[in-house]
Amino acid sequence: MAMAVVVVARSRNLFTVVVLMGIYSFLMATVLVALDAVDVAMTEASVGAGVSTVLLLGALHLCKSEETKPLRKPWLPLAVSASAVGMLVFGTLDLPAFSDPTAPIHTHVVPRYLNEAMRETGVPNVVTAVLASYRGYDTLGETTVVFTAGVGVIALLRRRRNTKQEKAK
Amino acid sequence: MRHDLVLRVIAKLLIPFILLFALYVQFHGDFGPGGGFQAGVIVAAAIIFYALIYGVEAARRAMPDSLVEIMLAGGVLIYAGVGLVGLGLGGNYLDYFVLDTDPVQGQHRGIFWVEIGVAVTVSGVMLKIFYMFASRGRDPE
Repeated sequence: MAMAVVVVARSRNLFTVVVLMGIYSFLMATVLVALDAVDVAMTEASVGAGVSTVLLLGALHLCKSEETKPLRKPWLPLAVSASAVGMLVFGTLDLPAFSDPTAPIHTHVVPRYLNEAMRETGVPNVVTAVLASYRGYDTLGETTVVFTAGVGVIALLRRRRNTKQEKAK
Repeated sequence: MRHDLVLRVIAKLLIPFILLFALYVQFHGDFGPGGGFQAGVIVAAAIIFYALIYGVEAARRAMPDSLVEIMLAGGVLIYAGVGLVGLGLGGNYLDYFVLDTDPVQGQHRGIFWVEIGVAVTVSGVMLKIFYMFASRGRDPE
């Protein structure tokens, strides 16, 4: 994965970048499977590696496939992102250790979900039970976000096409 | 594109299975991994696959733009509608317990419809974005 990231950052050929992003997504999906997050892995494989690769290739079809050389050396952005990474890593130092059973996330509502979901909802897959039932409002919001994204794309791209047709007239 | 016989035959063979798998992911989401979002993406991927092999026009004939746009909004409306039905039956918004006489059955029913709503919207959005990009690429030519 690290190699894929380095090549993506170094490569000037956008086609290579898109394909490597797909490979990266698949590797990420395998990592998620290893972490027992099969639902997320499935989403990553289908969205990250599948559909978004196709969409990026479609976008690539509209522009040049070679990235132009940047005008200036990107020292300032590099410093900003390096310091952001530093702050985030510093933030993780205070988090409970990975899979620590006494971490707050495992003692708050999770035991109730795991113990009661089967009885309360009759759905063996706790992920589905939490997603659609306990957190129904959140999922409604997410669906609305997806819908809004679609509407945004329609609004952006369709207007462009209409003006083009008007110009043709 | 026109004469890729192998691709065409393989696509014809694969697409029904991809769609079937999407339905499996959708309706088996209660028991195994999967659910509305994944199923919606798989449906969209199947149709995008069809569009890549047979051309966007063929895909548009199978899955017209108007239908995709209805799906876009319809999924959210199904989801919100489940909440309203719960409200009408005397529960809270998005309360599934009141959807059936047996609360657990009600939960099942609520989750089922909510997942369908998610799947419909997700596949609609994915397809719409793909159509948009694909048709933009073709316009100048």
